[in-house]
Amino acid sequence: MASPGPKSPEQSDRSKKYDRQIRLWGEHGQSRLDLCHVCLVNATTLGTEILKSLVLPGIGAFTIVDGHMTSEKDVEANFFLDSDSVGKSRAEIATKLLMELNSDVRGDFVDESVEQLLNNSPDFFDNFTVVYAVSLPERTLLPLSKKLWSQGIPLIVCRSFDLRLDKPFPALTALVDAINLDSMTLKDHAHIPYVVLLSKALQEYRKRHPGSHPLKKAEKDELKQILKDLKLRDENGDPLEEENFEEAIRAVNAEIQPSIIPSNVTDILNDPCCINLTSKSNPFWITTRALKDFVEGEGGGLLPVRGSLPDMTAETSRYISLLTAYHDQSQRDVESVFRRAQQLLVELNLPPDTITEKDVKHFSKHSHDLHVVRGRSIADEVDPRTANTQEIASQLEDPESLMPLYVIMRGIDRFYTEHNIYPGSFDESLEPDIVELKSIVNKLLAELGISSIGKDDLIHEFCRYGGSELHAVSAFIGGCAAQEGIKFITSQYKPINNTFIYDAMTAQSSIYVL
Amino acid sequence: MPWKRPLSGLYFSGWSVSRFEVMSGSVEMEVQSDDSPMPAAPKSWMRNAMERSGPFCLPDFDHRPGALHSVLGQIQVQFLFRRNDIGRSKAEVAANFINNRIPGVNVTPHFCKIQDKDEDFYRQFHVVVCGLDSVPARRWMNGMLHSLIEYDDDNTPITGTNIPLVDGGTEGLKGNARVILTGTSACIECTLGLYPPQVTYPLCTIANTPRLPEHCIEYVKIIQWPKENPYQCEIDGDDPAHLCWIHEKSVERASHFGITGVDYKLVQGVVKNIIPAVASTNASIAAVCANEVFKLATGVCKPLNDYVVLNQSDGVYTFAFANEKREDCLVCGRKANILNIKEDAKLEELISKLCQDDGARMKNPGLTTNVNGKQMTLYIATVPSIERQTRPNLKKTLTELGLVNGAEIVVADETSPMSMTFKLNFI
Ligand SMILES: [Zn+2]
Repeated sequence: MASPGPKSPEQSDRSKKYDRQIRLWGEHGQSRLDLCHVCLVNATTLGTEILKSLVLPGIGAFTIVDGHMTSEKDVEANFFLDSDSVGKSRAEIATKLLMELNSDVRGDFVDESVEQLLNNSPDFFDNFTVVYAVSLPERTLLPLSKKLWSQGIPLIVCRSFDLRLDKPFPALTALVDAINLDSMTLKDHAHIPYVVLLSKALQEYRKRHPGSHPLKKAEKDELKQILKDLKLRDENGDPLEEENFEEAIRAVNAEIQPSIIPSNVTDILNDPCCINLTSKSNPFWITTRALKDFVEGEGGGLLPVRGSLPDMTAETSRYISLLTAYHDQSQRDVESVFRRAQQLLVELNLPPDTITEKDVKHFSKHSHDLHVVRGRSIADEVDPRTANTQEIASQLEDPESLMPLYVIMRGIDRFYTEHNIYPGSFDESLEPDIVELKSIVNKLLAELGISSIGKDDLIHEFCRYGGSELHAVSAFIGGCAAQEGIKFITSQYKPINNTFIYDAMTAQSSIYVL
Repeated sequence: MPWKRPLSGLYFSGWSVSRFEVMSGSVEMEVQSDDSPMPAAPKSWMRNAMERSGPFCLPDFDHRPGALHSVLGQIQVQFLFRRNDIGRSKAEVAANFINNRIPGVNVTPHFCKIQDKDEDFYRQFHVVVCGLDSVPARRWMNGMLHSLIEYDDDNTPITGTNIPLVDGGTEGLKGNARVILTGTSACIECTLGLYPPQVTYPLCTIANTPRLPEHCIEYVKIIQWPKENPYQCEIDGDDPAHLCWIHEKSVERASHFGITGVDYKLVQGVVKNIIPAVASTNASIAAVCANEVFKLATGVCKPLNDYVVLNQSDGVYTFAFANEKREDCLVCGRKANILNIKEDAKLEELISKLCQDDGARMKNPGLTTNVNGKQMTLYIATVPSIERQTRPNLKKTLTELGLVNGAEIVVADETSPMSMTFKLNFI
């Protein structure tokens, strides 16, 4: 196999600038970032901290929607507003200062409120890749969330390794059969890739137990024993030290899993969006359908083979031919999926470049790790009829849980809606505010059919802060929120589903499906 | 609270610190707030929390006026930099930017290595925040701060001499932050296991059975370069000519073995040991550090106890836990350091013991001792002339060198600002 000649080694300015992050999400992810357009509603401290972590890695463009004028209080806590900006449009100043961070990013602002926008130009939000809404009261958040909810679901892809051993494809079987363990010197013997050893051991296991696959601990132990018996022995009959055999034995637990399709992927393949394609289906679901047809056809019930192998103690040529076997099979599988996707596009009357071979390659490579995260709309979350009451109630019984923070924050939202001020804002009303917040929280819980939480000290603590936004806490949440957006944009890594609570006092956090 | 120091009026520092991306670099910066009265209407958003006591406050925190100084060792304040700042000292640029953006804050830049400053320099601060990119540098700062602690008759640190250390670091979508109340909580040295040794490939793989593109690059880097010495100097990872040479040779070696995947980017990554980094994770970890400084400075809430990890790859995961202080810790333990060793061991065995993973994990220790009242250099690797003179000692046994059971050896190493004394215990 020939290696490609050295490409022009000097990287472009852009690759150099983003080098450390491209090592994480690849050129593929970076080009998606380049193309995306992020919308931020309200340039509060948290809002600008989120955008900071998106502008630095180089999103294509952002738009800030904010009808507020900059106040003294804004300037104190926000790094992207300066003292000269008091009284000016918060959207405009924040846009200007954020754009200073990265000359590659385009920035724009609309100094209108979301309510106005939703009324006057309802299509305004349709073209964004991700929309962030910060500090929006429930009454505005609900219509915005409904509008965005109707737009579709992001897909997230992660990476991991697994090896297909129980159902070897032909080239692998040939390779394994060509290796005769008995006729080797120790040097060769100790350099057989462990995948081959595992395959050999599995063949032996199958001979003893036709039609079965070692799943239980006792069965796996038998497989390990077979491996041990395959080791070379010294003149006293004691097994010699061979690192590759140790690797194989260690790998028994992790890699002798039956090559079935993981349930997360099966669910996706059986999803109505995958089965019932229309000309409005997005490329993800069309590719998924091509994958489904592959699995049910040439794939013989299996997903495409991944073209990569972990490193293992092995002699170079054997490792390379093994890698080549995996790689070539993966290439053939990708071609099948791609052909099928192209057929589907013709049937749906869509242009052939809707899905490229490169897309399919990327997709097939990660087909074992597909996840669809649907979340729930905010409307469902807050409506007592659809709220996840069970989760809230059971979490509240756990003294370690962060659920009380969630409930109190919902209470504070309601306090703000009723009084137009955060509890604890004024020293004079501190005590009455604590009492009022407590009663709001209890009422909220009663609506959900849950009895009081009795966390008075937490309610006290919230009032003590008087709705003030501690910058460092905003910066933390901003960093996390920005990364969640990048996950959607690059379709890599798994996002939160769906509520993340962080307690900065103890640095503990939890995720709840609400 | 034995570590407590009278602090207040530190809103600015806690605030500005939060704006730092904790990343690598080779600068050092001092961030300090102004001693003069605060401007008229600042930080009302934080005042509520600070002026009212609450259920999670530190008990009897002393609110005397004072100033907060903190050191941010080796930080790269990424988002404070603009294109036309390239080539200027990072410390200076960052300091200027903050001073201009936030009225009333006074940031003093120091463009130097952390090791260039002495005890008196570090003694003036109330909190030290590290965003260092290497474990040895962390260990050095940890050793420095612990050496400043004075203990009373009960062996308790004297309030005011123990400066808390806040430390953070990231790699890709993972990060961690910790608070070390020096003298009280587990220190960096107690928990060296948290910092895994760097990934290395066995030499025999690199030389004989390469399988990965990395193996080929490593071969050129550690075997071919010293042999052919194309530029008559050591590898400079920032010199494109050097990288090109390594790239070309690695591709040759890879194609000889039928290995694919050697490209310029990978060569760069392996040669410079580049760790992936993203702005968002850095922002979150920097924020945790800043928040901890804020807590330490104001007493508004108990500090983190004492370590938190963050992982943003599957949802967002944080986990906080307390590390255990090691009684026999070389830095914060209050016991004499005993070195158990065989009487007939050679000096080189003693040195390799000091460098072992389960021991002191030293890098390049220099050893001196006192034999019959006379100062004697056993071995020092860092000064070439002394290294030549003392090299023969490596092969001598401890007895041949005149060392007896209970003899004290003074060891200096780059991982600590102070030399350490070990007492030999023959076994
Ligand atoms: Zn220690």
